[in-house]
Amino acid sequence: MAKINFVDHSGETRTVEVEEGATVMEAAIRNAVPGIEAECGGACACATCHVYVDEAWRDKTGAPTPMEEDMLDFGFDVRPNSRLSCQIKVTEELDGLVVTVPERQA
Amino acid sequence: MSEAIKTDVLIVGAGPCGLFAVFELGLLDVKVHLVDILDKIGGQCAELYPEKPIYDIPGIPMITGHGLTESLLEQIKPFNPTFHLNEMIETVEKIGDPGFRVTTDAGKVFECKVLVVAAGGGSFQPKRPPVPGIEAYEGGSVHYAVRKMEEFRDKDLMIVGGGDSALDWVLNLHPLAKRITLVHRRDDFRAAPHSVEQMRALVASGQMDLLIGQVTALEGEGNVLSAATVKGNDGTVTKVACNAMLPFFGLTMKLGPVANWGLHLENNLIPVDTGTFETNVPGIFAIGDINTYPGKLKLILSGFHEGALMAQKAVKYVYPDKRVVFQYTTSSSSLQKKLGVN
Ligand SMILES: Cc1cc2nc3c(=O)[nH]c(=O)nc-3n(C[C@H](O)[C@H](O)[C@H](O)COP(=O)(O)OP(=O)(O)OC[C@H]3O[C@@H](n4cnc5c(N)ncnc54)[C@H](O)[C@@H]3O)c2cc1C
Ligand code: FES
Repeated sequence: MAKINFVDHSGETRTVEVEEGATVMEAAIRNAVPGIEAECGGACACATCHVYVDEAWRDKTGAPTPMEEDMLDFGFDVRPNSRLSCQIKVTEELDGLVVTVPERQA
Repeated sequence: MSEAIKTDVLIVGAGPCGLFAVFELGLLDVKVHLVDILDKIGGQCAELYPEKPIYDIPGIPMITGHGLTESLLEQIKPFNPTFHLNEMIETVEKIGDPGFRVTTDAGKVFECKVLVVAAGGGSFQPKRPPVPGIEAYEGGSVHYAVRKMEEFRDKDLMIVGGGDSALDWVLNLHPLAKRITLVHRRDDFRAAPHSVEQMRALVASGQMDLLIGQVTALEGEGNVLSAATVKGNDGTVTKVACNAMLPFFGLTMKLGPVANWGLHLENNLIPVDTGTFETNVPGIFAIGDINTYPGKLKLILSGFHEGALMAQKAVKYVYPDKRVVFQYTTSSSSLQKKLGVN
């Protein structure tokens, strides 16, 4: 199991546990983390699971694929550390990951 | 208004469930017209995930959204349905028992005995882009589609987005507009490479502007824009004169006019009888993602089953005196004749 920390836009943190192999989006949805909508259920087709990856974790989560970049075009307030949480697979390395949920999804 | 098109059944929505319903109705000799607001057939499969795999269509281990749409079209070809694309069904009026007069936003009129609502998550509509206060300018300077190109003549036009719609309109409207500024959040475009090249050539020769960043603020009076502020990825802030804007941020599904047809709704879904998939209005059926009943699953396979049962009841309205006999496509020579295989 890995711990994932979701910071909402007011700064409050919610920590949830998820098994390796699941996605960060799934960790949020299963634990009803507010602000992650995931309308398309993780198919990289809606951009409503947008998060900002904490700077300290950006190397470990890596960069978005071209398909994900295309979808991020539809996001709200997209920044260099923006990712779609359904495209981040949780690994042992990501135990303790910190992501911030944007003020609103697209 | 044009003369009414008469049909047995009118289907709202050409998604997978609307398409398969054509097959089930066709086996019972029922003729169908379909209307969809999209410019293509296939609903969510075509618009949201054409290249993605689907693994749970019975008997087909893997097929893409596009592939499924193509296969369904092949399967219903013998029944020769008529498609009306780029049109939204707006009004439904009861004229018979049952019988309906249905109009589209393009002014087309249908008269049908049975209406099948296969509207999925609702009509696809352009997404409102994430720019604060943009609502105020909708209907004025902000447009989500080009109806008349002339509207953009001599305008300071800002086009936002990086896909084919954005690039196509840059190229088409460039000769008309006073100046075009294209805004995209990154210097990489999803649009066809050929269009991107043409756009870059216009920028290089100083005939239009390209800004990499996001629109953060709008200025204007009433619903008329005067300027837009663009924040670059490097932090620079540019204010651009702008009295017309075309944002292209993809499509989202909104229930839309379905809400006004006198059908009961539960959380924006239409409750149905699970023996017939008929709604509270006799002669109006609802199948696929748009309906709800205890145990409903929003899966394509559920919508296929719903279409089959719907057809058994719909045929009774279309041919009240005909006795419907249950038959298999494998063994019935009359069904095979209809399918053109015998
Ligand atoms: C990313 C993604 C992955 C999916 N994966 C699967 C999967 O693996 N397996 C599975 O079974 N399902 C999957 N689904 C769900 C599946 O796509 C839907 O269940 C299916 O598309 C529903 O079909 P439908 O015909 O009811 O509606 P839709 O496909 O939503 O089509 C409805 C059509 O009606 C049109 N319409 C609505 N209102 C009007 C109007 N007033 N006038 C004119 N046209 C109108 C809309 O424009 C739309 O084209 C997935 C969905 C998504 C988004
Ligand atoms: S859940 Fe839709 S893109 Fe991630």
